Amino acid sequence: MENSNALYWKRNLRLLFVLLIIWFSVSFMASILCADYLNQFSILGVPFAFWMAQQGSIYVFVLLIFFYTWRMNTIDKEFGVNED
Amino acid sequence: MSLTTWTYLLVGLSFALYVGVALWARAGSTKEFYVAGSGVHPILNGMATAADWMSAASFLSMAGLISFIGFDGSQYLMGWTGGYVLLALLLAPYLRKFGKFTVPDFIGERYYSQTARIVAVICALFVSFTYVVGQMKGVGVAFSRFLNVDFGTGVIIGVLIVFFYAVLGGMKGITYTQVAQFCVLITAFTIPAIFISIQMVNQPIPQLGMGGTVNDGTLLLDKLNLISQDLGFDEYTKPNKPRIDLFCVTAALMLGTAGLPHVIVRFFTVPKVRDARKSAGYALLFIAILYTTAPAVAIFARTNLLQTIPGKEYAQVPAWFKSWEKTGLLSFEDLNQDGKIQYYNDANAQFVEEVAKPQNWAGNELHIDRDIIVLANPEIAKLPSWVIALVVAGGLAAALSTAAGLLLVISSSISHDLLKKWLRPNISEKEELKYARIAIAVSVLIAGYAGYNPPDYVAAIVAFAFGLAASSFFPVIVLGIFDKRMNTSGAVSGMVVGLTFTLSYIIYFKFGGGTPDQYWFQISPEGIGTLGMLLNLLVSLTVSRLGKEPPIEVQKMVDFIRIPKGSSQAHEH
Repeated sequence: MENSNALYWKRNLRLLFVLLIIWFSVSFMASILCADYLNQFSILGVPFAFWMAQQGSIYVFVLLIFFYTWRMNTIDKEFGVNED
Repeated sequence: MSLTTWTYLLVGLSFALYVGVALWARAGSTKEFYVAGSGVHPILNGMATAADWMSAASFLSMAGLISFIGFDGSQYLMGWTGGYVLLALLLAPYLRKFGKFTVPDFIGERYYSQTARIVAVICALFVSFTYVVGQMKGVGVAFSRFLNVDFGTGVIIGVLIVFFYAVLGGMKGITYTQVAQFCVLITAFTIPAIFISIQMVNQPIPQLGMGGTVNDGTLLLDKLNLISQDLGFDEYTKPNKPRIDLFCVTAALMLGTAGLPHVIVRFFTVPKVRDARKSAGYALLFIAILYTTAPAVAIFARTNLLQTIPGKEYAQVPAWFKSWEKTGLLSFEDLNQDGKIQYYNDANAQFVEEVAKPQNWAGNELHIDRDIIVLANPEIAKLPSWVIALVVAGGLAAALSTAAGLLLVISSSISHDLLKKWLRPNISEKEELKYARIAIAVSVLIAGYAGYNPPDYVAAIVAFAFGLAASSFFPVIVLGIFDKRMNTSGAVSGMVVGLTFTLSYIIYFKFGGGTPDQYWFQISPEGIGTLGMLLNLLVSLTVSRLGKEPPIEVQKMVDFIRIPKGSSQAHEH
């Protein structure tokens, strides 16, 4: 039991790590640090970095949470720690 | 029908709806009062959280602010949404599993210390109170402008309404009322945006409209960049602030969002851990509807303004210009006496030399308060009166829902964290409920009074609220869950260092006469919470390793909250 809980926690941390890297890349990297470079491209008629900063990153945030919810529910079941 | 009639009608109908919902869902127990009996469906909880979160500032001020600063406005858009990712991944499910009522509950038990709990209560009270004063002021402004009552009467009407349903309904009533308020505010925000998008680029979806083409075949944003530069302003789609400041402000707002007590408490109200995760997703989805529409509104408003006003004869200005002039939020002064309105960037020295002076322009002649953009936008676009009235009802919904959520945090901090858990542990549930209602009543009155005589530094204080939440609550809660080794001395010293650092920086620059050229690494006071948070992490990790391990029961509790299995409804006590 102890072991399986430790493994469950590890899986959770790995998932968090990946998702937080995406979170950081779309907001801080693409929309701020690389903004000047990325603005030369465009998407849907809007300069790319500007679109990421004011539209794209927000959509990615929403998707990240729903993906996390879905993935965690699967992991919960796999380890038998789900609520019902 | 006239604008005033429409406003009375729509505002009246929406208020009748809120009061009706509050009566239907009134609270009977402390559990219903504090956490709505933890039986709220995730979608409804998501809507309520969204309404709780989107204040008068999001609804009325944000789009206007963005329209004046262009790309740099992204710090608010990302900052006030990205925090939900942190909430959903790092806080919400674990705090729900913990299963108590308040943030100080968690801090008090995880760090087995009454001092830590009391520090947390004081922070929670300070943060919430700061916010609520701003909301009451927003309510007063909206009422006074559109119902033609004076500002004080506006605040009093607002106080009465909030008083009625917050005292009666508790969290349960507030949650269901907020669901209704969400529907009102989101309709009120998107309908004018859709109309204007169709008008300008013939595209009903504003999010796509911002990339649309205008009549002459050019892209809307190319056009906006061009006319901005023609008036000496920066390109709209290019960042201007130092990148490090943009970075730090965005991060501080995200971390602060995830540390605000009135947002966190929302995730105690759902039945299960898995619902807490899902709820955060729905909340952000509903928030995203407004937050992705706002930048489009900003672009439309800016383009409209720059195309219609500069160079116009003052004698021929449209009616909305005159009516906003009366409020003092828009003003024109004919500096060079030519009868025309010159609106340009007179801080741009090169532009002044090369373009303005040769044409005999004597300086920028138009001053516009950013807050009027959302309210004036439908008038500028000549939309029908009922749309304008709807925007007023939406603004009020945004302000009232946030005020109610904050008042609840204030009252539970007083009746639960201070009285029940500290000063008078023996009171019965019935008495606690009575004190909670009294606490709400008293705080509504104080908030109303403070909103009526707002300290003129309300805006500056908001920087405090986020800086404080980012540099104190956020790290202390995250470490409490993810670092089992974290102990009282680590957490307390981290909080003290993070807080002291952040507060001193903000106080020095907001009240102590500090000037922007003295900023550390060009970081503004709004962004300093990011550094404060890092400092807090560093200090608490170091100090905790020097001290003893936390007691075994606390370590067991951490293990318990890490797995979803075995969660109960939020504890009775």
